[in-house]
Amino acid sequence: MAAKMQFDLVSPERRLASMAVEAVQIPAAEGDLTAMADHAPLITTLRPGVLRIDGGDAGAEAAYFITGGFADVAGPSVTVLAEQAMPVSEVTATLMDGLISDARTAQDKLNSAEPGQPAAAAAAKLVADLEMVKAQLVG
Amino acid sequence: MPNLKDLKNRIASVKSTRKITKAMQMVAAAKLRRAQDAAEAARPYAERMQAVMGGLAQAVGASASAPRLLAGTGKDDVHLLVVMTAERGLCGGFNSTIVRKARQHAEMLLAQGKTVKILTVGKKGREQLKRDHSARMIGHVDLSEVRRLGYGDAARIASDVLGRFDAGEFDVATIFFNRFQSVISQVPTATQIIPARFDAAAPVEASGAQYDYEPSEEAVLEDLLPRGVATQIFTALLENAASEQGARMSAMDNATRNAGDMIERLTIEFNRSRQAVITNELIEIISGAEAL
Repeated sequence: MAAKMQFDLVSPERRLASMAVEAVQIPAAEGDLTAMADHAPLITTLRPGVLRIDGGDAGAEAAYFITGGFADVAGPSVTVLAEQAMPVSEVTATLMDGLISDARTAQDKLNSAEPGQPAAAAAAKLVADLEMVKAQLVG
Repeated sequence: MPNLKDLKNRIASVKSTRKITKAMQMVAAAKLRRAQDAAEAARPYAERMQAVMGGLAQAVGASASAPRLLAGTGKDDVHLLVVMTAERGLCGGFNSTIVRKARQHAEMLLAQGKTVKILTVGKKGREQLKRDHSARMIGHVDLSEVRRLGYGDAARIASDVLGRFDAGEFDVATIFFNRFQSVISQVPTATQIIPARFDAAAPVEASGAQYDYEPSEEAVLEDLLPRGVATQIFTALLENAASEQGARMSAMDNATRNAGDMIERLTIEFNRSRQAVITNELIEIISGAEAL
């Protein structure tokens, strides 16, 4: 059995999870990464996606949907600070549609202001990421 | 001598006032517990955020490429005061203490020849500041429809503030709110949020490990700073909510006690005048009988 490490998932409103786990799969800004015990210290920003936990407490949620934020990976512990987070089982199509349309509005505003800016590209990526998660989770 | 009927009415009215203040106190106590739980739940996120940003800011801070949210605009001519108060009154000195603090700050800045702009959150603060500073108010956030404060509310205020900052409307932003200490003590607090300030004494990552940053230190900081502003506003909103309920609770407790004292006094007066009326009637009867 792999060594365990402390994992915390907190959103501004509450602490969602705090337990010993074997591995966490994190949707980092530049691609998914899996952190296990004694991972090199790393701070990364997150994109909207699904966070998966392996070897957590029995009965605890194993997958969470997060909308962004950042992760602080240090040897013995992983802390994910998510802007908004919820168990995957609570994700609904309406919720995703709301997030996507919010992101679209922001994208349109940026595009109309100054098209081709890095900010507009980032907004486009946000929309794409959200749509992918929606396809993955609620079909 | 006051009329017996008037006194009776008076007592009845004070009694019903006491019932209302008592009920308000109990409602405030229940809400306070919820507000405190919310503030408690938000703490780990805010603390972690501050710690990571503090570490990053030290690493990046000195370089010329530091983001404007951290380094500032290089001037401090225009100040934005974000004054957070309650939507409702009847909470003792809660709103006035915040407004007083903000007003002092504004006067100090004006005396130094700076420009002051004011953004109010909560209508009580707006009402009080309108008198002297109506020309300086640039906006108002209405939270009266909000039943449960969420991060979304803070994010909305933050994006408003950040939008104004990007548009070059101000150089320095400070938030005013009441920090919750206990039910009887709330401390009006001013915190500068833009440019970001970190406690020099903030513990840098205890392990002292060299962190990798993905995509890069600057990019992470660029992403974190706006979040940090939102988090600070959220924390302030929650502290404020807890303080408001605490202040209301003790104010209503005092009001209930005062109403009790008043009822006692009025009852004594009522009994005295009733006895005086009886005595008078007896004297009239006796002197009438003697006259015969």
